[in-house]
Parts: sequence; structure tokens; C-alpha cells
Amino acid sequence: MADYVADSVGGIGPAEVPEVELYHAHTWLTKYVFSQDAKVIAVQYSLTATAIGLVALVLSWLMRLQLAFPGTFSLIQSENYYQFITMHGMIMVIYLLTALFLGGFGNYLIPLMVGARDMAFPYVNMLSYWVYLLAVLILVAGFFAPGGPTGAGWTLYPPQSILTGTPGHEWGIILMLASLILFIIGFTMGGLNYVVTVLQCRTRGMTLMRLPLTVWGILTATVMALLAFPALFVGAVMMLLDRLLGTSFFMPSIVQLGEQMTYNGGSPILFQHLFWFFGHPEVYIVALPAFGIVSDLISTHARKNIFGYRMMVWAIVAIGALSFIVWAHHMYISGMDPYFGFFFATTTLIIAIPTALKVYNWVLTLWRGDIHLNVPMLFALGFIVTFVNGGLTGLFLGNVVVDVPLSATLFVVAHFHMVMGVAPIFVVFGGIYHWYPKITGRMLDDTMGKIHFWVTFLGAYAIFFPMHYLGLLGVPRRYYELGDTAFIPPSAASLNVFITVAALIVGAVQLVFLFNLGWSLTRGKPSGPNPWRATTLEWQTPQTPPGHGNWGKELPVVYRWAYDYSVPGAAEDFIPQNQPAAASRG
Amino acid sequence: MPMVLALVLVAVGSVAFHLLNPWWLTPIASNWHYIDATIAITFWITGFVFTAVVLFTAYCVYRFRHKPGRQAAYEPENKKLEWWLAIGTAVGVAAMLTPGLFVWSQFVSVPPEATEFEAVGQQWMWSFRLPGKSGKLGSSDVKYISADNPLGVNPTDPNGQDNIVIMGDDLHLRIGKPVRVLLRSIDVVHDFYVPEFRAKMDLVPGMVTRFWFTPTRTGSFDILCAGFCGIGHPQMRGKVVVDTEADYRAWLQKQQTFAQLTPPKK
Repeated sequence: MADYVADSVGGIGPAEVPEVELYHAHTWLTKYVFSQDAKVIAVQYSLTATAIGLVALVLSWLMRLQLAFPGTFSLIQSENYYQFITMHGMIMVIYLLTALFLGGFGNYLIPLMVGARDMAFPYVNMLSYWVYLLAVLILVAGFFAPGGPTGAGWTLYPPQSILTGTPGHEWGIILMLASLILFIIGFTMGGLNYVVTVLQCRTRGMTLMRLPLTVWGILTATVMALLAFPALFVGAVMMLLDRLLGTSFFMPSIVQLGEQMTYNGGSPILFQHLFWFFGHPEVYIVALPAFGIVSDLISTHARKNIFGYRMMVWAIVAIGALSFIVWAHHMYISGMDPYFGFFFATTTLIIAIPTALKVYNWVLTLWRGDIHLNVPMLFALGFIVTFVNGGLTGLFLGNVVVDVPLSATLFVVAHFHMVMGVAPIFVVFGGIYHWYPKITGRMLDDTMGKIHFWVTFLGAYAIFFPMHYLGLLGVPRRYYELGDTAFIPPSAASLNVFITVAALIVGAVQLVFLFNLGWSLTRGKPSGPNPWRATTLEWQTPQTPPGHGNWGKELPVVYRWAYDYSVPGAAEDFIPQNQPAAASRG
Repeated sequence: MPMVLALVLVAVGSVAFHLLNPWWLTPIASNWHYIDATIAITFWITGFVFTAVVLFTAYCVYRFRHKPGRQAAYEPENKKLEWWLAIGTAVGVAAMLTPGLFVWSQFVSVPPEATEFEAVGQQWMWSFRLPGKSGKLGSSDVKYISADNPLGVNPTDPNGQDNIVIMGDDLHLRIGKPVRVLLRSIDVVHDFYVPEFRAKMDLVPGMVTRFWFTPTRTGSFDILCAGFCGIGHPQMRGKVVVDTEADYRAWLQKQQTFAQLTPPKK
């Protein structure tokens, strides 16, 4: 048996450093608003991300209405449509998913799962949230600025993003870039905290190879984000200079609408490289925490150790490293030297191997398990289906020559929504149903949870699976209306109506989820400290919800890995990580 | 049990939808049928994997769902199985990548007999330029652009004088003759996209981008912009007509050269 599974009695040394006294809040304001407690910051991040996410949801409704019933809504003009898609994309990728996985789940789970009292730098952690909130407010300000928010597409490709042919070129683009710059500053403060906390604040006995995969996923994603976001940061600063001071980082000499502009010598492709050097790792910054969390959900609710833990850890690290050398697969038809295609197609398809191994290991964890179909497990299964679907269509788009006809069509839109929209959001939902009892002390309502799952799962699949075929047909993305186009048959319009109806229903059922979150806060069934009978440390806290400092007087000591489920001969079908070896025998 | 049914429904339903739905690649009109073949191979491999994984998951959920008294197995890892799965996946990936790279090597190798034409994009229209009798396109630069010279052809370059300039009209090409497309934008990023030709490429201001294809079917095809270029993006349309040799010659006779269109400088 490998040494990480269970420690023999003893072997845990004394603490290497004495404990540092935490900051103790005394007023309501420092406890709940300007709080330095990672658990409160996590809830603040999550609520803010959810609120801005609702804006993105409504925007998606509006654009779907336009696509299904073009010309019906006088309030959705071409410029509005492009503003909606831009804001929807940016909000979902950055301000919702990145913030929720790292700022929300990361803040709540890292200190509890590694057995720490709080983050390494609680004050900086607090600042991280407030800078994030400011970034969100500046982003939202775009809706109220003259000319509205930017409609440059979430990729913000110059030159169009700062020129008059694009909506929001007056104020919207400036606010967008300023907001991104602030977001990255805020994230960096949080991100340094997550990394240092995982590496330096683990409790006694918590070796790296005993960390739950949730922590591995969040840690790797954070390291990646710290390396990738600077590329977006400099890109945003340079574009801001081009827009405000007339520099030419990304602007060659051009004639726009009959007028010679003063820009000269810049490179639009340079921005694309900077954007995708951030943008591709960003996919995994969202996916890796989801991979980690879903591993723990599957293991806990199948009452079985995660299959191939070491392989899972190395796969996370390998995916994280490889994802830095695949970015130009977003640029096969960008006009860069086409010989790059050989390299980037190869690296992109290689990344499929560790990713596929993770999928096999999730499914093999189910094999000979004791599967409890609780709501978190349902969402985890929904994740497997949608992630496999979206991952496999990535093999089309990564394989350079197949990408050529499919790029810039709805196939791409369907692919990335399936793989980095639907799939990670299922993990977010699964994670919330799973950890809500720890955060509040009450269970979320099961019936409402099941309604939420079934409509969301089947509905989201009905939205995005058929959409691939519109892309295959050749329907381009970012089209306000298809107009008269010979190769698009009228049946495509009926499919668009079907997709829109599905999208309206899926969006509406999220209200059930939000209602459940509020309703269960006071009326949910009391959960007790460990309702799922899970092994990881966050379920072993002396109080539920955990108090300030998490652990009472004594920090927990870890004696085993995070996956001792259904150990033969044990009294129960789970053994908590902080239970010594001798005590577990039945 | 509903989850088992749902998983089976997703697997079977997706395959059924794939086979029965009316939406598929538009009939091809260029030499890039190898691209279609690579797409077909990729569909076979990924379709098999998707169906297998989802059905296996459904079987696990059915077979190992919680019942009183069930205990899960304890099996941290299985090195042999993990290696076999890794090798099998690598083989599947290679089976898609190899034809992909093979076709890409053709994509980047322009046949020497290919003739050139230029497509120029601006918000929100397409223009074209073909070499004249000399067979060469004259040089161009944004600084030459004016109302009389909308494509910015260098007026002092003798190679440019006989170039055929097509503004606001259809582009014509000959069937069976490979063409090398030179792409130029005078304002923002656009993308020359004819779904029937499969190949497409961005137009980037400040540089010339290229790709090639051979039209294989006569007819008239829509040119769309596939690179988001601002508010008029969906309206940026053009038409390319693939002619027989005789029809092409007749069309070419009627076109005007740069010298004819541009009054001589005083």
C-alpha cells in the first residue's frame, strides 16, 4: 500500500512554528463587512459573483431572443446585441467563474481543508475582495455611461475595439479595461494568499500528497492565474494607452470610414497573442478547480476513494503546465505564420491525454462504488456528461485543419459553452449543494434541488448540443442577424427558436435555486457537522458553521489521505483525515 | 433510476440527433475535401468515446446505486489499467492528429501554378484586385488611399497600372485553377469566409495574410465576414462566382484596370 494512504501511529512531529494570533474583530462592521475572515470573504465573493452573474444571465436571454426572433424587439438593435454578447462573455468568464471558484470556493475551502485558522495574509485577503467589488462596479458603470458598455466582443480585438465602428468606443471600452486592470490587481492579492496558505499553513501531517483534490485544483489554477493574468494586464494597459494617449502598440496605420488615422506601426496580432496567452490558461483556471471539486464530490457521494489519486494530481499539474503552450490554437486563422499550426495542434491534442485520464478516473471511481444520488452527485454526473462532450469537440477545434472551417462559427460557441460554461457551473452548483450545510448549518431543500438539477441538465444540453450542428452548417458567430444567406436553410431558424425557448426555461429555473438558497437559510433541515459523512477536515470542525479561527483551541492533526471511504474492516464507511490509524479499526 | 434513463437518453439521443438532423456541412466547392474527411474521422472517434463513457457511467449508476447493505470496493489505484487507458487515448489522439497535420502540410504548401488575387476588407464591404497582363499585383499602402484610389494601390508602381480593381461587385474565379488569396484590411480585423470553400483566413490591418484553394464547382457563393468587425459585421457581404474558362474570359474583358479608374496625377 502506498505510503500516502494511511500513516502508522505516531510519525507526526511537533509543530514547526508557534501559532500566530489572529486578528479578532470586535464590531459588526469588522466582522461582517470589512472582515478579514476568509469564510466571510468567501461569502462576499460568492454573493457578488452571483449578482453580476444574474446580469449576464439576463443578457443571454436578450441575445437569444434576438437570434430566435430577429427584428421583433425594437429595444435590441445591432449595437445593443454586441454590447450584450461582450458583457455576457466577460462577466461569465472573469467576474463570475474565476471569482467564484478562486475567491469563493478558494477562500472558504483552502484554510479549512488544509487545517489552517485562516489565510496567510488576512488583511490582503480582505483588500482583494474590495478591489474585486470595485472592478465589478466599474464594469457595471459601462451600462450607464454615454454610448453604453463596449460591444467589442469579449476578446476585445483591436483595432475595432477602440474605433468608432464599435459600440461603446467612447466610454465603454475604457471602463472595461480599467475594470480588468483592477480585477487583476484584486485577484493577485487573493491569489498570493491562496498559494502561500496551501504551501505554508498546512497543519501537522497534511503532506502535499494528502491534500484533497479540491485544494490541488485551486492551487494549480491560482498559480496559473498569477502567471497568465499579467499578459492580460499589460495588454489592457497598452490598449488603454492606444485609446487615450494615441500610442500605437496595437494600431497600424489605417483608414477608417474614409479618414486617415494617425496611428502607425502597431501590431493587432500582438494583442491577440497577449490575450490568448492569458485566455487559454484561463480556460483551465476555471476548469481545474472544477476538476478538483468534482473529484471530491464523486468520491464522497460514491463512498469510494478517488481512483488513481496520484495520477489525478499529476494530471492537474501536467494540464496546468501544458496549457501555457497551446494558446495560439485560438489563432490558427489569425494570419500568424501558418507553420505555427503544426506545433500548437500537437500540444493541444497532447493535453487531451491527461484530461481524458481524469475523466476515466472519475468514472472508475463510480465503478464498484456505493452511489448515493444526492443533488451534488447528480450535478457531478451532469458535469461528466457535458465536460466529456465539450472536451471531445475541443479535439475538432484543436486539430488545426478541422478548425479552419469551424472557427468563428456557432460550433465554437457551442463547444466553449459546454466545456467551460455548463460543465464548470454544474460543479459550482454541486459544490454549493455540498458545502452549504457547512456554511450555514442547514441543508438545501432536496426537492427544489432536484427540480433545479433536472431542468438545468436536460435544458442546457438541449441548448448547446444542437448548436454545434448550426456551426457545422457554417452559421457564423457574432451575427446580429443572418439576413439572406443562401447556404443557411430556413430550418436553422426553427432550431434557433428551440434553443431560445430552452435557454429561457433554463434561466428561469435558476430562480428556484436562488429561492432555495434564501429559504433554506432559516427553514432548511439542520445538517449537523458532517451530513455527507465525509473525510476531509472541513467537516471535522468543532462548530458548524466553523467559528472564527476554525478549530477551537487545538489545530487538527492529519493521519491519512483524504479518501478513506469504505476501508475494509473499518467501523464506518469513512474515516476522517484527523483520525489516528489505531482508532479506525472496528 | 431517472438518472440512468437520462444518461442513456443523452448517449442514444445524441447519436440519433447526429444521424438524423438536417444540418451538416454545406456541399463543398473547393479542393479541401480532405478537411471534410478529417472531420468525419474525428466524429467517428469522438462519437465512440462519448457514447462509451456516458453509457458506462449509466451502467455504473444503475449497477452500483446505493442499496442498504452495499459497501464500495477499496481500490486506490490500478497502475496497469491506468497505463492501458493512457496508451489507448494516445493512439486515438494520434489517429486524429496525423491526418490533421498531413492535410495542414498541404494547406501551407501553395501549388506553384497558383495565380494570385487580392481581397481587401473595410468596414463593411469587400473589394478585390486581380493582376493584369503582367501577372503581378502592384504594391500598395494605406497612405495612398483616397477617394480616387480606395484600395491604396501605389500609383508609381508600374505593376499596379494594369491591375483589375473590383469595387462593390462580384469576384469571379476559374474552375479547377488554384488561387492564392492575398488578404489586406485597411481598417480592422476581418475574415474572408466562403463556407463552401472550407478554408478561411483573417485580414489584419498592417500586414498581408494568405491562403490558397482550388474552386471545384461552378456557381455563385456568399462571401461572409467571420472576424467581428463592428456594428455592420453581419452586413459585410460579397459574392464569388466560379466560372468556366470561357465565361471567366468574357467577364474579365468587361473589368476596368487601376489606370482606367484613377485619373492621372497632375
